[in-house]
Amino acid sequence: MAKGYIHSVESMGLVDGPGIRYVVFMQGCRMRCRFCHNPDTWQLNTGTLTEPQELFQKILRFRPYFESSGGGVTFSGGEPLLQPAFLTDMLRLCKDAGIHTAIDTAGGAEGDFSEILELADLLLLDIKHTDAEKYQFLTGCSMEAYENFIPQLYEHPVDLWLRAVIVPGIHDHLDYIREVWAAAKALPRVKKIELLPYHTLGVNKYKTLGIPYPLEGVPPMERRRVQRWQDTLNRALIAE
Amino acid sequence: MRFEAWNGFKEGNWTNAVDVQDFIHQNYEPYEGDESFLAPPTAKTQALYQEIKALVMEEMKKGVLDVETYLVSGIDSFEAGYIDKEKEEIVGLQTDAPLKRMINPYGGMRMVEQSLAAYGYEMDENRKKDFKEFRKTHNDGVFDAYTPKMRRARTVGLMTGLPDAYGRGRIIGDYRRVALYGIDYLIEQKQADFARYENCPATEDMIRLREELRMQIRALGEMKNMAMRYDIDISQPAKTAKEAIQFTYFGYLAAIKENNGAAMSFGRNSTFFDIYINRDMENGILDESGAQELIDHLVLKLRMVRHLRTPEYNELFSGDPTWVTESIGGMNMDGRTLVTKSSFRFLHTLTNLEPAPEPNMTVLWSVQLPQAFKEYCAKMSIQTDSIQYESDDEMRPLYGDDYAIACCVSSMELGKRMQFFGARVNLAKTLLMAMNNGYDEKKELKVLENTEPMMDEVLDFDKVMKAYEKCMEEVAELYVNTMNTIHYMHDKYAYEAGQMALHDTDVKRFMAFGVAGLSVVADSLSAIKFAKVKPIRNENGIAVDFQVEGDFPKYGNDNDDVDQLAVAVLRKFSGELKKHVTYRNAEPTLSVLTITSNVVYGKKTGTTPDGRKAGQPLAPGANPMHGRDCSGALASLNSVAKIPYAGCCQDGISNTFSIVPDALGKETETRVKNLVAVLDGYFKQHAFHLNVNVLNRSTLEDAMEHPEKYPTLTIRISGYAVNFNRLTREQQLEVISRTFHETM
Repeated sequence: MAKGYIHSVESMGLVDGPGIRYVVFMQGCRMRCRFCHNPDTWQLNTGTLTEPQELFQKILRFRPYFESSGGGVTFSGGEPLLQPAFLTDMLRLCKDAGIHTAIDTAGGAEGDFSEILELADLLLLDIKHTDAEKYQFLTGCSMEAYENFIPQLYEHPVDLWLRAVIVPGIHDHLDYIREVWAAAKALPRVKKIELLPYHTLGVNKYKTLGIPYPLEGVPPMERRRVQRWQDTLNRALIAE
Repeated sequence: MRFEAWNGFKEGNWTNAVDVQDFIHQNYEPYEGDESFLAPPTAKTQALYQEIKALVMEEMKKGVLDVETYLVSGIDSFEAGYIDKEKEEIVGLQTDAPLKRMINPYGGMRMVEQSLAAYGYEMDENRKKDFKEFRKTHNDGVFDAYTPKMRRARTVGLMTGLPDAYGRGRIIGDYRRVALYGIDYLIEQKQADFARYENCPATEDMIRLREELRMQIRALGEMKNMAMRYDIDISQPAKTAKEAIQFTYFGYLAAIKENNGAAMSFGRNSTFFDIYINRDMENGILDESGAQELIDHLVLKLRMVRHLRTPEYNELFSGDPTWVTESIGGMNMDGRTLVTKSSFRFLHTLTNLEPAPEPNMTVLWSVQLPQAFKEYCAKMSIQTDSIQYESDDEMRPLYGDDYAIACCVSSMELGKRMQFFGARVNLAKTLLMAMNNGYDEKKELKVLENTEPMMDEVLDFDKVMKAYEKCMEEVAELYVNTMNTIHYMHDKYAYEAGQMALHDTDVKRFMAFGVAGLSVVADSLSAIKFAKVKPIRNENGIAVDFQVEGDFPKYGNDNDDVDQLAVAVLRKFSGELKKHVTYRNAEPTLSVLTITSNVVYGKKTGTTPDGRKAGQPLAPGANPMHGRDCSGALASLNSVAKIPYAGCCQDGISNTFSIVPDALGKETETRVKNLVAVLDGYFKQHAFHLNVNVLNRSTLEDAMEHPEKYPTLTIRISGYAVNFNRLTREQQLEVISRTFHETM
C-alpha cells in the first residue's frame, strides 16, 4: 500500500461533514490561498509518513462515535487529492469497513480521480472564487486544475457539499452569493451549501512560520450575515 | 394495605419489608417523551428565590453569613428555621436561620477552632471546655493511634485530604424510607434487628453493632422530634407528594444536621417522588405547576446546605462545596428506563432557578436511555454546564438499579452499602520517591523504607518500574493501615447514627481509596521508556529536575504504548490494596479523582520526568495533562475510557471535558445531537464518567476580570460543578489553560 504524508489528525471534527468526523489533515498543497488557516500544511513531501493500515487502525477506535452520530472520516489538508494512491487505499479500507468517508478538497490537483470519486461518499468542494481572475489572485493558481476536475464529478455517484469562504471586501456581496448559487446549480448532487466566514485564527501560524500574513488588516467576517445567506441558499436548494 | 397512606399503590415485597427499590419497580411510570410539558417557576418560587439570592450575595461578601458558636451539631439541636415561612413549600434548615452554619466538634476541635477564627468567630468558652476536657474527638483518636510513618506520609503530602480531622461523609442514607414507611415503622424494624442478635456472643463486633443499633433507634426518634419543631409528623408514611418530598428532605436534613461530612449526597429521589406526584395528579390535587413548585423548593433547600470549613479546605476543593449529589435517570434491570417526568423536573430547576453547582446533578447515562431525555440533558449541558454523566451501563450490572452516586463518582446501593471515604495518595510523588530512595523530593524527608539508591545517569525503565512497584506496595500497605485507623476512630467518636439508621442493619462496606497524578505518572514512565531521561540531582542526591532527550507518546492520544502504562499502574496499586486486612472487612475500591485538589497536590510535588515543573498542577482525575492531547478531544476520551472500572477503579474514574460551543457544531440542534453522540460513543467503550463544560475561553477570561457579570457561571471540574467566581485566581487560570478543543 502507498504511504501518505499526514500533517495531523483531529478525532472530534464536528464541522467537516455529517456527524462526528475523524479528520485527517494531509500534508501538502499547491494553492496559496490568502485566507488559508493551515499554512503549515502547504509544504509537500513532509509531515508524518504513514502506512494506510496504521492510520486505519487508529480510525477504527472511533467507530462508536461514527455509529452514534452518523459520522465518519474526513480527509482534509492540505489538498488530499495530491496523494491519490494513499487516499485511494484509505478510502477502500474505510469502505470495506462500512465507514462513511468525505474529502475536503478544492479540486486543486491534476489527474484522473475516478477511483477516488467512486469510493468516497461525500466531497466537500471548496470553490474559492467563481471568477478566474479573482481565483488566481486569491489562490496563486489558475483555475485549470479545478476546471479539469469538475467534469469528473458527473461520472461518479459521489455527493457534494459546496463550500465557499467569505472574506470581507472580496466575497461579501450579493452578486457573489448569486454566483455561488449558480455554481451549485451547475454541479451535480449538491446536497448542502456551506458559507464559511473568514476568521483570523490562522495568523499565529504565519508568525511561527515566518510568512507575512497576506490578509493583514482584514477583519473576521461577521458571522450572522454569512449565516443568513447560507440559510437562504440551503432553503432554495431544498426547494429545487 | 398496612397504611392508608399507601392507597393507590401497587403491592409488592415493599409492603412487607423495607424495600424502596421494589416500591419503585411496582409503581413508577417510565417517560419517553420530551420536555414540552415542563412548567415555569410559580410567582411564589420566584419571590422565594429572590430572597435566597440576596442572602447568598451577602454571604459571598462576608465569607460566612453567621455561625452558631454554642449549640453543636445534632439531629435535634436547633429550633426550627425559615427563610420566609409563608413562601416555603418545603421547610427545614440546618440551624435556626438560613445559611447560619453550625460547629461539629465530634470530628475534631482543631478544624472547628481554625474555621471559626478564620471568619472572626470564637467557640463559646464553656462549650469549648466541654470538648477539650470531657469529650474526645475523632481527630484526637486518630492522632493517638497514628504511627510516625503515617504522620510523615501525611506531612509530605503523599497521603492527602484524609478524613482524619473532620467528617468522612460519602454516606448516603436512604432518605426515601422516611417518606415511604414513616419513622415508627423504621424504629420497629431496627428493634426487631436488635432482637435478632439477642443470643449472639458478645464479641467486639457484636457489642459495637448493638451499641450502634441503639444509637440508630435514638437518632430516628430525634428525627421525629426535629420534624415536630416544624409541626410536621413524620412518624407515619407520607400521604401526598408534598409530604413525600418533605419527609425525604427531613431524612436528609437530619444527616446534614448531624454530620459535616466532606460530601453529603442526596441519593436517587426523582423517580421515587414521581410516583407520589402521579398519584396526586390522578387524584386531582396537584397540577404540573404545583409539582414543579415542590421540586423547585426542594432544590432551593439543597442549594442552601452549608458546613463550616477552613479557608484552606475551600482552597483545596474550590468554593464551598457540599456535594449534594442527586442521581437521575438510568435503566431498570428489566430493560425499562427509570427516567420519569420528575427526572426532567429536577433538571428543569437549572432553568427555573438558574444554573448552580448544587445539587450536583448526575445523569446515569445508558445507551438505552430515551432519545428525548438524552437530548434534553445535552441541551441543558450546553446551556448550563451543570450536569455530570456516569455510566449506568457499567454500574447497573454491579449494583442493580437502585444505586446512587456519593460525592462525584462513588456508587453504592441505596440503604444497603456505605463507604469509608479515603481521599487519595499522590502516585506522582510515589514515583519520585522510587527514584529518590524513599525521600520526599521537597522536604527531603525519608518516608519509604523499601527502596534503594538509584544513581544511573540515564533512567532505566525496567529498573524504575521495579522500584516503583515496590514503592506502590509499601504505600498501599501504609495507606490501608492509615484508613483502618481513621475509620475505626470515626465509628467510635463520630458515628453517623442518623444516616446509618436509614440503611439495612447488615450493611455492606466499601473502603474507598484514591489516587492523584495518574497522567503525570503515565507520561513520566513513557518518557523514561521511549525517550532518554537524565535526572539532575542536588547535593543530597535528590532528583530536582530531569533532562529529556527525544519524544515520547503521551497519555490522551489513544496511544496504547502509554495508555497501557496508566492501566498497569492502576492494576498494580489496586491489587496491592486488596492484599491487606481492612477495618470491618470493607471491600477495597479505588478512585481516580481529584476534584480541584490537583492544583494543591501539584504545588506539593517536585518536577517530574514528563516535563511538568515543580509546583505546576497535576491533571485533574484521570484527565490527560493539559496541552498534551494533540489528536483532539475524542482521542483524549478514548485514552481515559481504557482505565478499567469494575474490579479495578470501582470507586470511579473522573474525566472532565471542556469544549467551546462552536466546536460542537454550527447550529443548536446539531450541537445537541453531536453531544449526545459523543456521550453515546464514549460510554459505549465502557467509559465511566464525564463532566461536560460547553463554554468559550473568552467567557471565562472575561469572568475572571468581571466576576460580577457572571454570578451564576457554573463550570464542571473533575466530578463537580463549581461557581467560577469562587475559584482562586490560580484555579481560574488552570481551568482556562486546561485543554479547550477549539475546532474551526
